Amino acid sequence: MHWRMKAVERVSVTINGAEYSHEVEPRTLLVNYIREQAGLTGTNIGCDTSSCGACTVHLNGESVKSCTLLAVQADGEDILTIEGLADGERLHPMQESFRECHALQCGYCTPGMVMAAVSLLKENPSPSEREVRLGLEGNLCRCTGYHNIVKAVLHCAAGASATNGGAQ
Amino acid sequence: MIPAAFDYIRATSADEAIAALAEHGDDAKLLAGGHSLLPLMRFRLARPAVVVDIGRLNDLKYIRDEGDHVAIGALTRHRDVETSEVVAAKVGLLGEVTSHVGDPQVRHRGTIGGAVAHGDPASDIPSALIALGAVLVAAGPSGSREISVDDFFAGFLETALSPEEVLTEVRIPATDGAWGFEKFNRRAQDWAIVGCSAAVRADAGVGVALVNMHPTPIRAGATEAALAGGAGAAQAAEVAAEGCDPTEDLNASVEYRQHLARVLTRRALEAAGL
Repeated sequence: MHWRMKAVERVSVTINGAEYSHEVEPRTLLVNYIREQAGLTGTNIGCDTSSCGACTVHLNGESVKSCTLLAVQADGEDILTIEGLADGERLHPMQESFRECHALQCGYCTPGMVMAAVSLLKENPSPSEREVRLGLEGNLCRCTGYHNIVKAVLHCAAGASATNGGAQ
Repeated sequence: MIPAAFDYIRATSADEAIAALAEHGDDAKLLAGGHSLLPLMRFRLARPAVVVDIGRLNDLKYIRDEGDHVAIGALTRHRDVETSEVVAAKVGLLGEVTSHVGDPQVRHRGTIGGAVAHGDPASDIPSALIALGAVLVAAGPSGSREISVDDFFAGFLETALSPEEVLTEVRIPATDGAWGFEKFNRRAQDWAIVGCSAAVRADAGVGVALVNMHPTPIRAGATEAALAGGAGAAQAAEVAAEGCDPTEDLNASVEYRQHLARVLTRRALEAAGL
């Protein structure tokens, strides 16, 4: 027998290592759940067309657009948002690279860009410039500041490989 | 925007999903990765009363080398198709085409079955399946059946699936022949204004199919016939738009789409070594 959700249903997720559990309508989008129920407003809503990527978070370690998932689809899963990336006061290397390379202007796309870029480097640790541009095609910067964003991702990748090389 | 309210059913097997569809009929929609359905629901272009979530049917997530064909479970994500060594070795065109779908975030969630069952003429994946001569497997209350890709796309966003059927598998004949894929759009991540898939198949025939040139994904039959008759790439591409009924929209007039079909078909055929 299938089990059927009532008009309001409970969703339990892990976000940035902490457990959250709320009753939601099935039509609740994950991004609205993260912002309004979990109270984590670092993830932005930028468009209504699954285009801009401002809402990018990681679901089980991979980038997804949280405006194009229902919260019920994430039930039981592991989510990482921009708030969970830094280690206390120490920025994640990708955040550090964005700061270093001036990869943000208005900053609205930045949380999604950073999350997409971290996911990209997990899948392809040493991308070419073209691969970075293709890898970030799901994220729009309304300031059109792509040049420094790409630089930041390449800077971060180079830093990671230098660190690994040093460790050997 | 937020979708209109609906009842949510999470299926834990294909049989449960079929039973839920049988109960709710046209009021129900299947939710796989959700990257075609949820945008439609957010714009209220689709307002299903019941959403049957099949996204957790893990036994429909697989890529199997079956010798003369590759079998892909309907819930297999684009990311897994794109990075599969079996796909690259035996149905390379499909891997390449899949890597052009949407963007990385979309490919982390979207599924091959969802993309096919949505029946969108602007989707890239059906063109690869038509060119390669795929067979689609559907399960319903009275069992399973195979549907040739040529019989599958019935109209704009319409397929041969009945309301109570679930697409379970895509079977693609293996080929080590060369292939080409061309996609023309104005911006990264956009749908193709026109696209073309071409593949040299194991039977030495050449499959050619077009994206966004007709109310359905469509085989470029005139081009295939010309190639079979000995025409070269340039000559065969001249008839690529024959039999197609493209629409005019903000991106392109009918004539421009026909022009693109000819140019992209020639390039795809040349990439396939023809």
